[in-house]
Amino acid sequence: MSSTPIDAAARATPKRIARKIRGLSDRAIAWIFVAPTIFLLLAINIFPLIWTIQLSFTNYKANRIGREVKNIGLRNYERILTDSDIWLNMQATAHFLFWTITLQVIIGFFLAWLIHRNFKGNAFWTTVIVLPMMLSPAVVGNFWKFLYQPQIGLFNYIVGFFTGKDPSSFEMLGSVQLAPWSIVIVDTWMWTPFVMLICLAGLRSIPDYIYEAAEIDRASKFRQFWTITVPMVLPFLMLAVLFRGIENFKMFDLVVQLTGGGPGSTTELTSINLKREAFEKWRTGYASAYAIILFVTVFGLASIYVKALNKVKER
Amino acid sequence: MSAHSINAASPRAKWIAGALVIAYALITMVPLAWIVLTGFKSPADAISYPPKVIFEPTLEGYVNLFTTRTRQTQEFLSANPPENWADEIVRQYDMVIVGPSKFGERFLNSVIIGFGSTFLSVFLGTLAAYAFSRFKIPLADDLLFFILSTRMMPPIAVAIPIFLMYRNLGLSDTHLGMILLYTAVNISLAVWLLKGFIDEIPREYEEAALIDGFTRFQAFYKVVLPQAATGIASTAIFCLIFAWNEYAFAVLLTTASAQTAPPFIPTIIGVGGLDWPAIAAGVTIFLLPVMIFTILLRKHLLRGITFGAVRK
Repeated sequence: MSSTPIDAAARATPKRIARKIRGLSDRAIAWIFVAPTIFLLLAINIFPLIWTIQLSFTNYKANRIGREVKNIGLRNYERILTDSDIWLNMQATAHFLFWTITLQVIIGFFLAWLIHRNFKGNAFWTTVIVLPMMLSPAVVGNFWKFLYQPQIGLFNYIVGFFTGKDPSSFEMLGSVQLAPWSIVIVDTWMWTPFVMLICLAGLRSIPDYIYEAAEIDRASKFRQFWTITVPMVLPFLMLAVLFRGIENFKMFDLVVQLTGGGPGSTTELTSINLKREAFEKWRTGYASAYAIILFVTVFGLASIYVKALNKVKER
Repeated sequence: MSAHSINAASPRAKWIAGALVIAYALITMVPLAWIVLTGFKSPADAISYPPKVIFEPTLEGYVNLFTTRTRQTQEFLSANPPENWADEIVRQYDMVIVGPSKFGERFLNSVIIGFGSTFLSVFLGTLAAYAFSRFKIPLADDLLFFILSTRMMPPIAVAIPIFLMYRNLGLSDTHLGMILLYTAVNISLAVWLLKGFIDEIPREYEEAALIDGFTRFQAFYKVVLPQAATGIASTAIFCLIFAWNEYAFAVLLTTASAQTAPPFIPTIIGVGGLDWPAIAAGVTIFLLPVMIFTILLRKHLLRGITFGAVRK
């Protein structure tokens, strides 16, 4: 007899209960196994979500506990959708999403394509390249802030070194023109490996014989790339874009640490704006409506995208 | 395998590819290397222009990270000689160490909350994944999708009611509250990943065990669990890394006793502004475990980051 804690527990179980457990049907076991997970998700995800929906129809403010809470119908939603400032936040988010995904796809795919040549030591270098994406985004934002310092930062120094510009003549985080790009650069630095890894899996899934057949048909290397490599990697690439899209739509920690949404509100992505409304201005009802609008947007876009992805996969 | 594949890159193509990839890897490491170096600089060296690559290393950043200090009069300093090497470093600024800083506590909070939530999500996740993998559960696909969809919500959106809920239940700023919260966030990953791993274990093993007179429970923990050990271990590391790195919930729901390291590190203040060497030291200590885990995980990395969607 082995003596793992589980065995000990099994031996310690009174006969009567033990018989009961042993007699459980598979169906009962299935429910006992699944129930705690579902319960936890209901308590910490679904219940809060329903509560958010309910709050979104009120003028509740979480910092004033005694105040009367009024039901104001759809007024919060109305106010958000007609607020021009929120459209600016949406634009900032769109800019961030578009450029991070574009850059990550191009660089990530190219890197994967290079690594797929299987040069000596490629496994080691792949691991090195992957490191940034596993780090804490908030901490990454924090130390990039140091690299971006105008007078003392390494980033400015290197840019200055190669372009001849004075390193204190530009501020990545302080200027309205450059700040949106500073967050794109850091996100690209951090997440390009993610796209790369997924593309690499795609490239490795293409069987050799397809290229061999193409070679017999005398298709040029260029043609092989566009008619074999790209279409076969596309479903993988689209999956990578889906993950990055959802993650970057929710983006909060990295950017909050890096720019705090500034200067002005040039890098105030929707999540940061939402945090201000909810936890600085304490407009709980209004922020709840905002949260619901964001959630519906992500969920809607993701569902449409998944449909498209499945179509590509079927082809 | 054919002896000569027409697809294998020529030695020259390999050489160029290798050179480009290594160049990218080295460039991408510069920011990280810089932050590690900064941790060993004196405050003056850290903010010098042009940036110093060669400097005299000092442990000042690390001492400042772990201690609180006060300025003292000359008489006091000459009457009390430095007690140890750390005190000696501080003395050059006419200061003495008066006690530990909060960093140790915050780091410990990260460890407690990280391991607690990892244990819970892997425990619950293994049970649920086994059930989804082996039993017919009505609406299984819908339930699995529901579990995944909880991950799509922006953390700030859920944070509002959780903030209110925790305030009412007395869970704000407690370890238990954060452990439960991170478990709820991680469980979708755990279930999806583990279901993939358990799906790969042939059913015949358990069936043979059941015929031999094992009960379902015995078959589960004596046959399936050992087979799934690698999968469980890598899932655990993924959950741990997520909980370790999390910032949004931590900054909104904790202020002191359960605050983790990520919201704390950026607030380290030195004399006349942010103490960059101390922050860099904190960042280095905080990131090191994740780097080690990433290297351990490298074979299962892809699977983890795509929720099991891509397996190779």
